[in-house]
Amino acid sequence: MSVIFLVLPLALAIVALAVAAFVWAARRGQYDDLETPAIRAVQDD
Amino acid sequence: MLTIGSPSTGAVAPPPDEHACAHCGLDVPRGLLEPDAGQQFCCAGCRTAWAILHQNGLERYYDLPDRRDRPVQSSGRTYEDFDHPAFHALYVTGVPGGLSRVELYLEGVHCASCVWLVERVPLVVAGVVRAELDVRRSRATVEWDPATTPLSAIGRTLDALGYPPHPFRGMARDGHRRREDRAMVARIGVAGAIAINVMLASLALYSGWMSGMEAEYARFFRWTALLLTLPALVWPGRVFFTSAWAALRTRSLHMDLPIALALAAGFSRGVVNTVADSGPVYFDGVAMLVFLLLCGRYFQLRGQRAAADSTELLFSLTPLVARIVGGNGEVREAPAEGLIPGDVVEVRAGDTFPADGVVESGVSSVNVALLTGESRPVTMRAGDDVFGGTLNVESRLRVRVTAAGEATRIARLVRQVEDGARRRAPVVLLADRMAGWFTATVLALAVVVGVAWMQWDPARAVDNAIALLVVTCPCALALATPLAVTAAIGRAARSGILIKGGDALERLAKPSTLILDKTGTITAGAMKLVRFDGPEWVKPLVVALEAESSHPVAAAFREGLGLQVLPEVESSRHVPGAGIIGRVGSHDVAVGKPAFVESTGAGRMNRPVPALGPGRVLSEVWIAVDGRVAARAWLGDAVRPDAAQAIATLQREGWSVGIASGDATPVVLAVAEQVGIDPRRVVGNASPEQKLALVEATAWRQPVVMVGDGVNDAAAIAAASVGIGVHGGAEASLAAADVYLARPGLAPLVELVQGARRTMRVIHLGIALSLAYNVVGVALAMAGLINPLVAAVMMPASSLTVLMVAWRGRTFVEARP
Repeated sequence: MSVIFLVLPLALAIVALAVAAFVWAARRGQYDDLETPAIRAVQDD
Repeated sequence: MLTIGSPSTGAVAPPPDEHACAHCGLDVPRGLLEPDAGQQFCCAGCRTAWAILHQNGLERYYDLPDRRDRPVQSSGRTYEDFDHPAFHALYVTGVPGGLSRVELYLEGVHCASCVWLVERVPLVVAGVVRAELDVRRSRATVEWDPATTPLSAIGRTLDALGYPPHPFRGMARDGHRRREDRAMVARIGVAGAIAINVMLASLALYSGWMSGMEAEYARFFRWTALLLTLPALVWPGRVFFTSAWAALRTRSLHMDLPIALALAAGFSRGVVNTVADSGPVYFDGVAMLVFLLLCGRYFQLRGQRAAADSTELLFSLTPLVARIVGGNGEVREAPAEGLIPGDVVEVRAGDTFPADGVVESGVSSVNVALLTGESRPVTMRAGDDVFGGTLNVESRLRVRVTAAGEATRIARLVRQVEDGARRRAPVVLLADRMAGWFTATVLALAVVVGVAWMQWDPARAVDNAIALLVVTCPCALALATPLAVTAAIGRAARSGILIKGGDALERLAKPSTLILDKTGTITAGAMKLVRFDGPEWVKPLVVALEAESSHPVAAAFREGLGLQVLPEVESSRHVPGAGIIGRVGSHDVAVGKPAFVESTGAGRMNRPVPALGPGRVLSEVWIAVDGRVAARAWLGDAVRPDAAQAIATLQREGWSVGIASGDATPVVLAVAEQVGIDPRRVVGNASPEQKLALVEATAWRQPVVMVGDGVNDAAAIAAASVGIGVHGGAEASLAAADVYLARPGLAPLVELVQGARRTMRVIHLGIALSLAYNVVGVALAMAGLINPLVAAVMMPASSLTVLMVAWRGRTFVEARP
């Protein structure tokens, strides 16, 4: 029994977590406006 | 810390040119220069905006590298309807803490510094807690304390800064769209994560396939890839199957049909082989396809959204609330949609007319730019017709309503714009047109391959047929158009050409008929002093007298003669539609139409009319001093310097160029002659409705491109195959346009047409390359040389090639930053 049988599902579980976080952020509107925040960041005073 | 521009020192650096407007940086007309003042302004709008920024310590705006480069044109509206309960019921929502929130659509948001300025409104207007701007959608979310600050004050401030606000209607539709957009982003993320992980599993399989791998590991990786790909197909990839199914049911052709076919074929073969524990699986290719295709689809969707958003503005042209005058003369407020013909309404200075009507009492000037494109106010008195949506500038008017609501002229125009947009058949993009025979060819080839292989190696027949289906998946083909169009639109935008959709580019690539508006498009749209014929000593008298007037002729004199030291004006009287008369520096001076000056008792001047250059139709103005005509002047709307050359270039490229203008026919003909347009293609005296009819009649025979700047052109622009709005036009009219030229002059029009042709060339190149890949793929599959590894390399390779071509292709020349 190789370690791959354990590690691969584990890695995929972590990926699943990341994907879930991304989907949550997308549904909350975090990616609605991709232009204005970029402009805001360089205009701080 | 990242900073751009020069560091703020708190003090304003003097403008580089002493004749430049302190706010917008444009040249200040000589007549408006104030030698003693520290700053010069090109207009009252810029002066107000500058004052607001300074009173609130926002001078850093002038250090921003990318600020607006056009005069602030404040509309002068009072925005009192923003405070009406009906307005609040419709557009304003409450937020915790006793605050209110409203979404406003702002005109004039084009640059990065707009974000800076709009988001500092809380510093300018007390009581505003938060202002956030979405620069791509031109939409600001404002939260404020309604107990201390009326919304109209916020509206007026935004207006003074050059961003006239409008309430954002259609929140419900917007919410739906927003959910759709978010779902799309989520799908792309999921598809991307899955594609990469399936790739990893497949990589293990491929290396095992090269160097040997124990069967249990191969089985493990196959099942892993299968279990990963399944969700990619049922969640993000479902869109292709639903759309292919819809295309099948309506018997229409769509690129999704061959895509769904390849996805289904590849996946089912993979499942069968996984279960059978032998043979190739195509999971990596399938997962990658889903991801790449979704990206292409996202670009397309974003373009369509921008087009739909801008029509929003047309709905907010008329006010919500009207002030109805009752039988006893009392005034009450009522919703404008409840008006009926016969009602008398009161319209105060700074308000827009709620309906069409006839002036009952009062004299005022009215800005009818909305309907005619004419920017100078028109004097209206009892008996004159006024139209809903136009702006009362000067003083209070009472108006008897003749048409309200849907029957008003502006409502009819808006409806025509909507109809035009709807009637315009959706362009079947080149790739979609190819979908039909593409699917048929691929299916036929797959059958041929299957049958042929049956003859000499039945065991490999199915695999080879499937391999052909997968490897010919038109992924690159489907990507070629949206990617090239997105890249071209992005580049065009950076050089001041804003394009809403890819279909406009496709239609502009082939020369057809082009109809230009005159005022504001071919000409600059402002009166200019062309010639002054008279002694020098008359000039100061004229300028001093005209300084009393706000008429455009007066502005032309001030600017054209540009004198600083002026005699004193003792009295002056403005005779509407004729001229101005007064006493200046102990002389009686009259300036105006020849007939008017003669009527003041001045004798004729017996000098020949000087040559004014070929074909110019100009307004003649006489100047009488102490009862004798002392000088004459000619004024005209100057043709833009680049117009003749631009039109000649377009004609050389095969465009048939014509003019449709609301101006008098002789004037239009003279301009046509000057810029080299065939007089047979010139239509003068055209109302908005006639322009529309002309465009429709032409569009019947061949594609027609309409270029204009006012709402009077809006219906024609919407009905045209491609509508183009030009710099300086009414922003509301741009809603109807497919393209907006944000730079003055006609040179951008030439750039647009040439860029469109180059973009189509890039698209064709991309399609040709992806087809070439497919031909190679088919040949390999027929020879039985395709295996999943070859397929997995070929598919991304073809997509990447197309992507490179689309991204690097020369389409629009970018303006250097």
